[in-house]
This record gives sequence, C-alpha cells and structure tokens, in this order.
Amino acid sequence: MTRTIGRFLILILLIGITTSCSNSTASQGSPQVYIENKGSDTIVNLALAWAEAYQTVEPDLRISVTGGGSGTGIASMINGTVHIANASRQIKQDEIDQAKANGFDPIEHVIAKDAIAVIVNPDNPVNQLTLKQISDIYSGKINNWSEVGGEDRPIVRLSRETNSGTHVYFLETVLRLGEKDNKTLFATNTLLLPSSEGIINEIRTNPNAIGYDGLGYVPHDLKMIAIASVGGTNFVLPGIDSVNDASYPISRDLYMYTLGEPTGEIKKYLDWIKTDPAQAIVEELGFVPIDR
Amino acid sequence: MDSNVDWKEFLLTWIIKISGYSAIVFVGLIFFFLLKEGLPTLTEVSLSNLFSDRWYPIEEYYGILPLISGSLVITIGATAIAVPLGIGTAVYISEIAPKWAREILKPLIELLGGLPSVVLGFLGILIFTPNLRVLLDLPTGLTALAGSIMLGFVALPTVVSVAEDALDTVPRSYREGAWALGATNWQTIWKVTLPAARSGVLTAVMLGVGRAIGETIIVMMVTGNAPVMATSISALFSPVRTMTASIAAEMGEVANDSVHYHTLFFIGMILFIITLIINITASAVVFRQQKRSEKALS
Repeated sequence: MTRTIGRFLILILLIGITTSCSNSTASQGSPQVYIENKGSDTIVNLALAWAEAYQTVEPDLRISVTGGGSGTGIASMINGTVHIANASRQIKQDEIDQAKANGFDPIEHVIAKDAIAVIVNPDNPVNQLTLKQISDIYSGKINNWSEVGGEDRPIVRLSRETNSGTHVYFLETVLRLGEKDNKTLFATNTLLLPSSEGIINEIRTNPNAIGYDGLGYVPHDLKMIAIASVGGTNFVLPGIDSVNDASYPISRDLYMYTLGEPTGEIKKYLDWIKTDPAQAIVEELGFVPIDR
Repeated sequence: MDSNVDWKEFLLTWIIKISGYSAIVFVGLIFFFLLKEGLPTLTEVSLSNLFSDRWYPIEEYYGILPLISGSLVITIGATAIAVPLGIGTAVYISEIAPKWAREILKPLIELLGGLPSVVLGFLGILIFTPNLRVLLDLPTGLTALAGSIMLGFVALPTVVSVAEDALDTVPRSYREGAWALGATNWQTIWKVTLPAARSGVLTAVMLGVGRAIGETIIVMMVTGNAPVMATSISALFSPVRTMTASIAAEMGEVANDSVHYHTLFFIGMILFIITLIINITASAVVFRQQKRSEKALS
C-alpha cells in the first residue's frame, strides 16, 4: 500500500517535471516571434486572413488571433496579455487613463474601413429608411413596420452586446445621430445577442426583425436597407464606393491599438498591414481599404 | 512495522480530513472574494441607481432589478416544467415501468443529463426558437419561455435521477402494506410511496432549481438578453436577461476594479446568496422531516 502511494507520488512528480520542462523550452525557443492579437469580432476574420497571409512574408513569426469584442481586446492589452488589440471603435478616455496608469500610451493604427449595414429579412417589403427613422426604431418610438411603410408587424430590434465596438458605434452614430449631447438609449426590449451569427440567424428566420452588422458579415440571403442621412433624400446602399465617397452615412475606421509605439516584429507587421497586398485582403473580405 | 502502520494511519486520516475541510474552505474563500469585489458597488453606485429598472452599464445605468426578475422568471418557468415531468418520470421508472422499459429509460435520461448545454442551446437557437415564434405567433422566439423550456429539460435529468433514487429506498413492505389494505396502485404511489420519499424528492426539486438558476450558456443563446423588467406573467413571452448571462456576456469587457466590474461581482454575490438560501431552506425542511419521522418510528 505504502509502495503504491509512493509510486503514485513519484509519477505525479515526474509529470510535473516533464510538463514544466516542456513549458520552459517552448518559451526559450521562441522569444519575441510570437504576437498575440485580440479584440473586435468585426475584425477577427480580417485579422486571421492577415495573420495567415503574413506567414509567407515571415514564416518564423506566429500570430495568434482571437475575438471577444473591442472592449475585451483593449482590456487585455491594458492588462498586458496581448500585444495588439483590434477595435472597431476608438479607445475611450477611461481606457486611455488605465493604460497610462500602467505606464504606457495606447497608440492608434487605422487599418481598414467598414460600413455598418442595417439588415432585415428578405420577406420584409421595406427597402429604405432614413437615419432618423432607424434611430426612432431602436429607441422605441417606432414599434410597428407599418409606420415606416411596411406590413402591420411588430418590430423586433436586434443588437450586439454592449462589449461590441459595433454596438457603441451604432449607439453614437445612428441612435444619437452623431450629436454629442444626445442621450438617447436603446429601447430596453432590444435583444442583445452575443454574436453576429446570432443576429444573422434570427433575421434569416424572423420577418419582424431588424438588425445591424459589419458589411463584411452580411450574407447574400439577407436584405440590406438603403439609408439616407438626416434630412437627406438620397437613399444609399452600403458598398466600397459609397463608403469611399462618404455618401453612405454609417461607415467607420477600424483600428489596431498597441501599448506604446510598436517595435520590432510588431512594428513590421503593422507596417505590412498598410501595404497593397494586405489591403487587397481587406477588399476581398467585404471591408473597405484605407486611403493611402 | 508498527510505526509504519501508525504513520500510514496518521497520513491517511489527515488527507481525508483535509479533503473534508477543503470544501468548506473553498466555499468560504469564494464568498469572501465575491464580498471583497462586490461590496464596493454599494459605495460607488447610488442605491436608487442600483435598484432601478434600467441596466445599461456602458452609460452607467446599473439597475439590477431586471436581471434578478429575469433569472426568477426563467427559473420559475423551468421548475414548473421540470418538477411535474421529472417526478412523473421518476414514479413511472421506479413504480410502474416493466423491467425492460426501466433499463432503457434510466440510461437515456442519464444521457440527457450528460448533454453539453451549449449543444442544447445550439438546437434551441436554430430549430426551437424559430418554430416557437411561428407556433405562438410571437414577435420573436427568443423569449423567457424558450429559456424556461430548454432549462426545464436541463434540470429534468437531475430531478428524475435523485427522485428515482429516493423512491427506490422506500422499503417494499410499505407498498405491500398499502396493497394489503386494498389500496390501488395509484393510491399506494400518491398516499404512501411519495410521502415516504418526501425528503429525497424535495432534494431533487431543489437540486433542479439550483441547476436552472445557475445555467448560463443556454439562456444567453435563447432568451434574447433584453434587460426588460418582468412584472407580470406575460413576461414569459418576451425576451429577458438573466444575472448569469449578464456576467458571462460582460465580464470579458470590463477593466479590473471599475464600477462595472464591481457591479458584476455584486450580481454574482446575489446569485450566490439566492442559491445559498435555496439550499439552506431545502436542508432545513429535510432535517425537520427526518426528525419527525424518527419520532414517529420510536
């Protein structure tokens, strides 16, 4: 009995030693050639495609990309667990303060542009809305599709969770129409879904639903709404051209953030992202390349 | 040789003692941690804000009432489904079913209990909620009702297996006595077997409730997560947001030691206290009944 216990303890010890050894060799073997990249779910596919394409440029560099939301990415960067944070909104003042408290200035890099498409079920006869109408729908002032020229159906509002950069951007640009002192909030019965997939799936099956998502994520079987800016009468569908000539009212820059000026491999990677081959991937995935 | 035995005794006793106490220590540490991270909320957020009906933390609306009411609605709904169905199944398996049916049913129900909840959530979001919307003509299928039904099926296996075990321990002589008095099978079950297994059945119900209130991923996927205050029974047919789903959805985004972070821990604390109350009530009731039945026997 004692012997079996003894053997068991030795076994545990051995396992402990071997695992700790393998850990230490892994970290010794690859210093500085490992980039952790985390944040916005809007950017995650783009960041993955970049990370993959960058393998042909720097085969030794490993880039790990994860999503989770802009807020999550920035929080991780401030806490020092990732090198680059992806964000579909600009960094907030309190996040800057926290980064400074940790001794670093967050540095902003614009990496692509994106349009937010407002989407409905293809069976919904509504094709166009003004920005003001969308704001009234989401704030709860308009509750039936018949009020905006559709069928007599209740409106089911879908939104991303509050940790999504898309959520914050939509709140500021659409609900509050870009006005700084506008304090409009989402109606409380707005459904907050944890993923883009959840929104797309609900809209696909529910003709009452309205939702929004990054242009690159809208599948072909859903209908995008043409939007006119406040007071405008020119209804525009989202697309690369309408984003570049600024006629589509809901478009934004996408960002990567680093703690302090990037150096070494991280700087090389961020510089590469602004080159033509990297920006071609942007266009392939349905986003809009940056003007250079 | 003797000293060897002594040493072994000593070591094993201590290992067992430590494992016994560790459960207490862990629960204590977790509660202490929740208090430490959650209590600062009371100084940072005004009570009128904390107990308001608006939850929108990125704009500093920290009303937790909609979240508590959401959790309660879903738990009550799930209990209303899991308890009658679960006890019914347990009675059938233990009292009525022929041997072959019992041998198929028991493992199947245990399999249902082993299903990962995220898989159930997946089925819920792809198949169940769209059909629920069409069937009941609701604006959307992502409602408290969808969550309740799914959670009912999550809690069901727990209720069934614990209640079935309790019914199994009722001595056969009780049933034989009832039959000898001319009671029908149903009268025996309803008046003799179930009351005799009452404390075990109650434990089954409480464990089921605990399972339902703590479930996270399914409610996050199928209830729509809209922080609407649930005030009437009609709340069952509209979206709700639960405490667990809020913590899971928002914990990743918050910066350490921010007001929002503390509030999420405060919600965790409330959840912990609710579960604690459920457990204490359950064991108090069970304890009282044990004492009473001991008295009756003596």
